[in-house]
Amino acid sequence: MTQTRYYRTRSPEPEKEKTGGGGGTAMRVIVPLQGVVQGRGGLVLGSIIPCALFYFLQFYLKRNRDDPDDKNESNSTGQNPTTRSPSSEHLTELPGLTRSLSRALLSPRNSGPVSISARVSGIVKGGDSPYYMGLKRVKEDPYDELDNPNGVIQLGLAENKLSLDLVKDWLAENAREAILGNGKELSISGIAPYQPFDGLMEFKVAVAGFMSQVMENAVSFNPSQIVLTAGATPAIEILSFCLADTGNAFLVPTPYYPGFDRDVKWRTGVEIIHVPCRSADNFHLSIAALDRSFNQAKKRGLKVRGVIISNPSNPVGNLLNRETLYSLLDFAREKNIHIISNEILAGSTHGNEGFVSMAEIVDQEDTDRKRVHIVYGLSKDLSLPGFRVGVIYTFNEDVLAAARKLSRFSATSAPTQRLLISMLSDTKFVRTFLTTNWERLQRMYVQLVAGLEKMGIKSIESSGGFYCWADMSGFISSYSEKGEVELWDKLLNIGKVNVTPGSCCHCIEPGWFRFCFATLTEKDIPVVMERIQKVLKPVN
Amino acid sequence: MEFTRKNRQLLSRIATNDRHGENSPYFDGWKAYDSNPFHPIHNPDGVIQMGLAENPLCFDLIEKWIRENPDASICTAEGLNKFKDIAIYQDYHGLREFREAVAKFMGRVGGNRVTFDPNRIVMSGGATGANETAIFCLADPGDAFLVPSPYYAGFARDLRWRTGVEIVPVHCRSSNNFRITRAALEEAYEKAQRSNINIKGIIITNPSNPLGTVLDKETLRSLVSFVTDKKIHLVSDEIYAATVFSSPRFISVAEVMQDMDCNRDLIHIVYSLSKDMGFPGFRVGIVYSFNDGVTNCARKMSSFGLVSSQTQFLLASMLSDDEFVGNFLRESSKRLAKRHHVFTKGLEEVGISTIKSNAGLFFWMDMRPLLKEQTTKAETELWRVIINKVKLNVSPGSSFNCSEPGWFRVCFANMDDKTVEVALDRIREFVLQGKEENNHEADKSQARAQPWRKQNLRLSFSSSRLYDESLMSPHMISPHSPIPHSPLVRART
Repeated sequence: MTQTRYYRTRSPEPEKEKTGGGGGTAMRVIVPLQGVVQGRGGLVLGSIIPCALFYFLQFYLKRNRDDPDDKNESNSTGQNPTTRSPSSEHLTELPGLTRSLSRALLSPRNSGPVSISARVSGIVKGGDSPYYMGLKRVKEDPYDELDNPNGVIQLGLAENKLSLDLVKDWLAENAREAILGNGKELSISGIAPYQPFDGLMEFKVAVAGFMSQVMENAVSFNPSQIVLTAGATPAIEILSFCLADTGNAFLVPTPYYPGFDRDVKWRTGVEIIHVPCRSADNFHLSIAALDRSFNQAKKRGLKVRGVIISNPSNPVGNLLNRETLYSLLDFAREKNIHIISNEILAGSTHGNEGFVSMAEIVDQEDTDRKRVHIVYGLSKDLSLPGFRVGVIYTFNEDVLAAARKLSRFSATSAPTQRLLISMLSDTKFVRTFLTTNWERLQRMYVQLVAGLEKMGIKSIESSGGFYCWADMSGFISSYSEKGEVELWDKLLNIGKVNVTPGSCCHCIEPGWFRFCFATLTEKDIPVVMERIQKVLKPVN
Repeated sequence: MEFTRKNRQLLSRIATNDRHGENSPYFDGWKAYDSNPFHPIHNPDGVIQMGLAENPLCFDLIEKWIRENPDASICTAEGLNKFKDIAIYQDYHGLREFREAVAKFMGRVGGNRVTFDPNRIVMSGGATGANETAIFCLADPGDAFLVPSPYYAGFARDLRWRTGVEIVPVHCRSSNNFRITRAALEEAYEKAQRSNINIKGIIITNPSNPLGTVLDKETLRSLVSFVTDKKIHLVSDEIYAATVFSSPRFISVAEVMQDMDCNRDLIHIVYSLSKDMGFPGFRVGIVYSFNDGVTNCARKMSSFGLVSSQTQFLLASMLSDDEFVGNFLRESSKRLAKRHHVFTKGLEEVGISTIKSNAGLFFWMDMRPLLKEQTTKAETELWRVIINKVKLNVSPGSSFNCSEPGWFRVCFANMDDKTVEVALDRIREFVLQGKEENNHEADKSQARAQPWRKQNLRLSFSSSRLYDESLMSPHMISPHSPIPHSPLVRART
């Protein structure tokens, strides 16, 4: 670029200055001066020359400032606070050391004094949101039928303990071999040294097989389109890093999983645009709402890069049907944006409605595969959140290549992968597990819903996940977030049950609560009902 | 094609830019190895991997321990009673046993002169993730970190790619064994300030990657006082702490700051078990900060790189086995010392010297005498010969941002004794052959140098002509002016 510009000055006919931009400043100096020297300066040039001299002076000063020998100059300018970056400027207002910390550390997304009513701001309230406060309370004082009968009962954690015994039994029979080799040869060289960061191929094959089995073989997953990460959390973050630049946005239907604010936004600087779903539609996603949010974002000057859906939904627990998925794909095509489909609960259904993966939809529509990315994991469906196995499944080669490179920041432990390879490849075990898990989830769900209904609490009919999304708006003192959080506080502190208020999931209507039931045993249900009843009575 | 390009436009800059740095020669060498890996029997003419800092010398000890302690794996019949609790454990604080064991191990590696607080141990996905987390916590996009060069090739990616932070190298030179001096630090800092670059901190590796040397107390003290003076952060990457195999011993920055008047909030340590225990596959990285704010923030970020709870549990039991750890560390340094000795002695015999080192899984080899001229271009040329003809994947100094051409990092731990011999033979043969050729072609090479010199003349001529024509003295265009330099101008500076 510059080379050609310099070259131009040598041409006999000096061009009139037209170019703008950085290089232009030099041109504005060079061209007129050349004209003057060659005796062809006119009126126009005469008026440009003062400008040129001004630039000349600027260059002169700048040059001197950069000269390491000129100590005086550098001292006077070097200490000028305005030469520092804007970020440091506003940070200097903070006392002491904090000024040198980063935005991530200081940003209100993560820490700082935050009041509870922050539905408007729509940002993660760090350790102070009811979601995290509730979890902390349970940790300090967990309920145990015998040891701590007055402790807090956990209904706020999306975890499935119902079928863990099946995994345990499998391990008892098979794991010695999976971990220690068949008693003879332990293959440490297969776990300790560097392994591919995006996962062992054998494990990808096993995971792809497992995913197909979970989706009742409606789709066959290609192992080479898989990138493994240390849980679904980094999987979502990596996709956010790959698909959007700082300041871009994703559309996310509300209510949504509280962790999205951290995973999608925090380190990436990407925004989330809420797409409100309402009780009138049973919290189903409507394309009209998507379109409205998209246009609003556009008006605000935000560039929308995609839609993130959770299917089955967390916190509502409903599934997206085939028709909605097709219209979603149409919408994405029309707007030329991506779809991230979070399907970590695909194998945790408990109703009669069948789960349909986004992968199945694009399987039939070849053209638009490249905008579809699926997030999966073993934390929910295999009840192994501790093992940190997340999956990015994408049809887009560029995303695949980038995600592979990014996976080094959050790779899965190799010993854990080795262990799971044989478990996931045992199709008989997987089949038994999925069926039993379905039955147990259903039993708990039915009991919980019946118990709540007896007290006059209705919930959205759901067939996936570990959630019951319940309407307690009739029991809140004022129809507002304040009223909702008040009730949440009573449930936690008087009733000693930890539930998640809808405001944590950015639900637009107050009074909705998420009850996670898969951490309970059947014996706990009457206790939970009794405790809730205790809280509700005085209000009525 | 059209669709692909359009599609790429739909991706983020991070997904499509080059800041992952995998196009540098360092990674090229890996590709050469990957396509033709050495095997003593199946592929004796293949490329020997000497670019990978891996430490498998003591795997036999670890294998033995795992077999003798099956309950540690929690998933075997012996350890199954723990399974339920571990499998669902997803708290980002990490298992208490794990944090305690790691803190104790870190203290032990530092010679038990410092006690590390288990509550400050923050997990992340390997040292890669730990370094990135530290940077995310300490700097904003556009800010910069000082990094003494030569530095680990992956820093360009780990510190910059997703964070948007820049690296400002602090050039260290062979004349004083690449020591980090206060003067060099000041110079780099001042220069950055003048260019309006906001320096947020300095990151060092101790023991140094790629030099294999440990930082002495004096240097560490001067670093700590430097950051205290400037109110910037010091991140000390100590992932090679336990690879020190002879004196002087390893000194952690945590030890030095104990008896210093410094701002503890500015000091952060990155640790990992990938090198010291040889467990890169386990993906265990640690951020240890003396700053509460950073610790809390890093802990929240560790959700993006948690260590599998099964792995945490396994390591907790292994690292709290004092007898095993003591034995392992002793044996590991003995084996590393032996290997290091064999290599450096072998090279000495043919007149190749290395920076005197006592740590790491590599040494820093001086090939300057073999360069046709002292330029990066000549270094890359030589390196291509080593990769393609000698078939050793060593890493050229340029990929470590070394300011002097002709240095190479050679990893020596990731191979067996026989492969070492093959590698040494290849180097010897190459060097001796080169010497002969040099004698023969002394005249020719002089002739060859001629056109290059001419070319160089032309370069400087053309660029000075430029300034003449525009009637500007050369220093009117500052090196930081918004006008992008032409590659030719840059080549001169």
